[in-house]
Amino acid sequence: MGQISLPITIRNVTKAYGGFRALDNVSLDVASGEFLTLLGPSGSGKTTLLNVLAGFIRPDSGKVLFGENDITLTPPHKRDIGMVFQNYALFPHMTVAGNLAYPLKLRRVSRAEIEERVRRALDIVQLSGFEDRHVDQLSGGQKQRVALARAIIFEPRVVLMDEPLSALDKKLREHMQIEVRHLHQRLGMTTVYVTHDQREALTMSDRIAVIDKGRFRQIDKPRDIYERPRSRFIAEFIGESYFLPVTVSGTEAVFGGQKLRLAETPFSTSPSQFLVIRPEKLKIVTTGEDTSGLNLFRGRVKELVYQGETLLISVELPGGEEIGVRQPTSSAAPPPPEAGAEVVVGLAFDDTIIVPDEN
Amino acid sequence: MAAVADYISKAGENAVELKAQARAESLKLASLTLPGLLIIAVIVLVPIAWLFWLSFRSGDAFTFEHYERLLHPSYLSSLQTTFELSFLVTGLCIVLGYPVAYLMTQVRERMAALLMMFVLFPVWTSLLVRCYAWLVLLQRRGIVNNWLLDVGLIDAPLRLMHNFTGTTIGMVHIMLPFMVLPLYASMRAISRDYMKAAANLGASPVQAFWQIFVPLSLPGLAAGIIIVFVLCLGFYVTPALLGGGRVMMWSMQIERNVTYYSDWGAASALGVVLLVMTLAVLWLVGRVIGFDKMLGAK
Amino acid sequence: MLSSPATDTQITHGRRLWLYVLVGLILVFLVVPSLIIIPLSFSSSRLLAFPPPGWSLRWYEAFFGSLEWRSATVTSFSAAFLTMILATAIGTLAAYSLRVSQSRLFQAAFIVFLLPMMIPAILIAIGVFLLYAQLGLNNTLLGIVLAHTVMAIPFVVITVAAGLRSYDMNQEMVARSLGASRPWAFLTITLPQIKISVISAALLAFITSLDEVVIALFIAGGDNMTLTKRMFNALRDEIDPTIAAISTLLLLLSAILLATSQFLQKGSGRR
Repeated sequence: MGQISLPITIRNVTKAYGGFRALDNVSLDVASGEFLTLLGPSGSGKTTLLNVLAGFIRPDSGKVLFGENDITLTPPHKRDIGMVFQNYALFPHMTVAGNLAYPLKLRRVSRAEIEERVRRALDIVQLSGFEDRHVDQLSGGQKQRVALARAIIFEPRVVLMDEPLSALDKKLREHMQIEVRHLHQRLGMTTVYVTHDQREALTMSDRIAVIDKGRFRQIDKPRDIYERPRSRFIAEFIGESYFLPVTVSGTEAVFGGQKLRLAETPFSTSPSQFLVIRPEKLKIVTTGEDTSGLNLFRGRVKELVYQGETLLISVELPGGEEIGVRQPTSSAAPPPPEAGAEVVVGLAFDDTIIVPDEN
Repeated sequence: MAAVADYISKAGENAVELKAQARAESLKLASLTLPGLLIIAVIVLVPIAWLFWLSFRSGDAFTFEHYERLLHPSYLSSLQTTFELSFLVTGLCIVLGYPVAYLMTQVRERMAALLMMFVLFPVWTSLLVRCYAWLVLLQRRGIVNNWLLDVGLIDAPLRLMHNFTGTTIGMVHIMLPFMVLPLYASMRAISRDYMKAAANLGASPVQAFWQIFVPLSLPGLAAGIIIVFVLCLGFYVTPALLGGGRVMMWSMQIERNVTYYSDWGAASALGVVLLVMTLAVLWLVGRVIGFDKMLGAK
Repeated sequence: MLSSPATDTQITHGRRLWLYVLVGLILVFLVVPSLIIIPLSFSSSRLLAFPPPGWSLRWYEAFFGSLEWRSATVTSFSAAFLTMILATAIGTLAAYSLRVSQSRLFQAAFIVFLLPMMIPAILIAIGVFLLYAQLGLNNTLLGIVLAHTVMAIPFVVITVAAGLRSYDMNQEMVARSLGASRPWAFLTITLPQIKISVISAALLAFITSLDEVVIALFIAGGDNMTLTKRMFNALRDEIDPTIAAISTLLLLLSAILLATSQFLQKGSGRR
């Protein structure tokens, strides 16, 4: 769209409701043109922060800047940002064109140009020809795209999205995730996206800011968040994991009397930590296989659960702990062991991550 | 093979019995509404049909004379008065009722419930008590005039009662809750997200109110207008008590023809015209906002 | 306080002050006039002086001491009570069958139940008067009860229908699968759960009958004159302060009924 989008600076923002801290002294920098996702469970404060950015909630303290401008006290209708609401909030008494034209009319754009821009916006979201449709004639996915179009039609330099895909069914949601990502790549606006769905966050974001109880827990690229979680909370919240207790001293970690080779030196000095095991990182070691580069665990297969694209093999370890191994169900993959069989499970050094316990 | 054919023919037989059973069920259910339908038919529908018939009869003959008499200036002037009062009261109710309903949607649940009790209080109070209250307040030697005289703001008592003014004030007092309730119901359904979206898109609070909120509240407004206007058209008690004989409403013409003149021809013709006017208003507004919405709102 | 936001769009309370004041005044307009009567009813003077020159219970004594007022009160309350029972029964059954029925014809029949509310009361009044003249029902309690029941039915139907809307009818099916007949399932499963709506509807029917004026003017005379008819005549003729006493008592009754109804509805989250 031609314009350079703005970076967002959030400094020490706090918002409390009575004794409850929705946002606890949070700070964040969003780079110009970046797609940043605020990810967290409900009640984490992610929607509160988004509303602070939009101007619907005034923080108790702290600053928000768009580019160089301190907009902390600017009323919402003067912030000039695009926003997509969870329930779309399309005006039911207007047609699609009416909804799209609304922000342009407020900005006194000429009639001819409004028509042109409405047409182009509908083109971008692949709803050409929908100008005269009424809002209640649209399907969920179509409403979502109109809401998107309305949020970008006046070329805002920042776009906020509040769980816009949560009302869609699974297939459509996954399709739209990619659509929104493409739209962002094409238009390049700084985007702050809120969701509780970690898969969505991983798919769409340049960076993910995981927030819980009003504080940021980790802000990183998707791959880093997934592969290198910095706490048990993150490891549990994102992706599937099993946790095995390890004792740590210095740079060594020990599980069940066995010394483990780690992917990196422990970043925490706590003596009791957890080994994060992602089921898809484990593999059943076949006899005679080269096991250099793997941490090995002996166990017995408890059961096999067929889950469509993967097979979950739950293995019981000598200490009684249970872990699961995910194996693809392709016929080209090695045949799975039988229930009751003794197996050796391997985890690559590079995938061996430990995180501290938190209280 | 024989077993299958057997089954199919058996299914065919059952189909008839099943249908009969379903119909019997349906009839049993229908019978539950019978007492209600019966009593309404006897008390309301039959008399109205009878009145309709009477309006065309004089003695044993069919005639239009009762309707022709309605074109007499005194009747036409009371028609005018009726519509004037109805329009005025409806208009005042819109102006006064809209802010109340709006504020009720803006405050917290508990406060809204409290405000609701204030709005409902007059509805649960006897009509006559309310008329009495206005008589006491506004008549020549009433509370308002006495106070104004004592304080020295006026020299002679204001004519606030036993006239059009007093009737209007009394009617607005009666009708206002009927405007507020449907308005509030429809305003409640307007999601706050719409206003947030409007603000986000650049609308100032005033712009957002007029361009988004008001249009979305129109169904409730229409319902309120119908209810109030139709009630005003046929209202008897308040104009009779507060009008002092100077406000001759259509309903009062009806009463007079029955009580004083026992002229059932005239009374029934007047009644039929009132009914037609009422139905016309209902139909007209129904066309504008859709009949299903109108019934739902009621 | 005034600078704190009143809305998500950051409109402050201060900017809305005019709205608060305006609505406050309107609500005062709605409530205060009726309340003025209360102190007046305790006035020792016959004139409508406010504040009253002295306090006395003479108007209450006048009311309770008068045979006519007492008899009118008995008539009105009897009629209201009987109307409440009859209208609630008829209306509840009607609302129930409308909810359960599948046929389109039925939904159209719903309108019939709303007719008494939609047709101007004066018209119904003269029609009933005409009918009763033929049946000899004028100035009888039975006549009053029948007419008032018809006026109350729409309110009962609307109230109970609203309560049924938020009720899961599947529960009746479950009861029937366990062996209950339809009527038994209704009585033991549905009715107890919608009782808030039914009670509210009953209170509404009661007050509708008690407050009904226009029809009573025509058909409630002679030995069975209602309170409303007597009050109407009294208001027309001269402003007898006894009416202030009666009004205060009616206000008290209204307040109790309204509070009960609101309390019931809030108490169980609207059923």
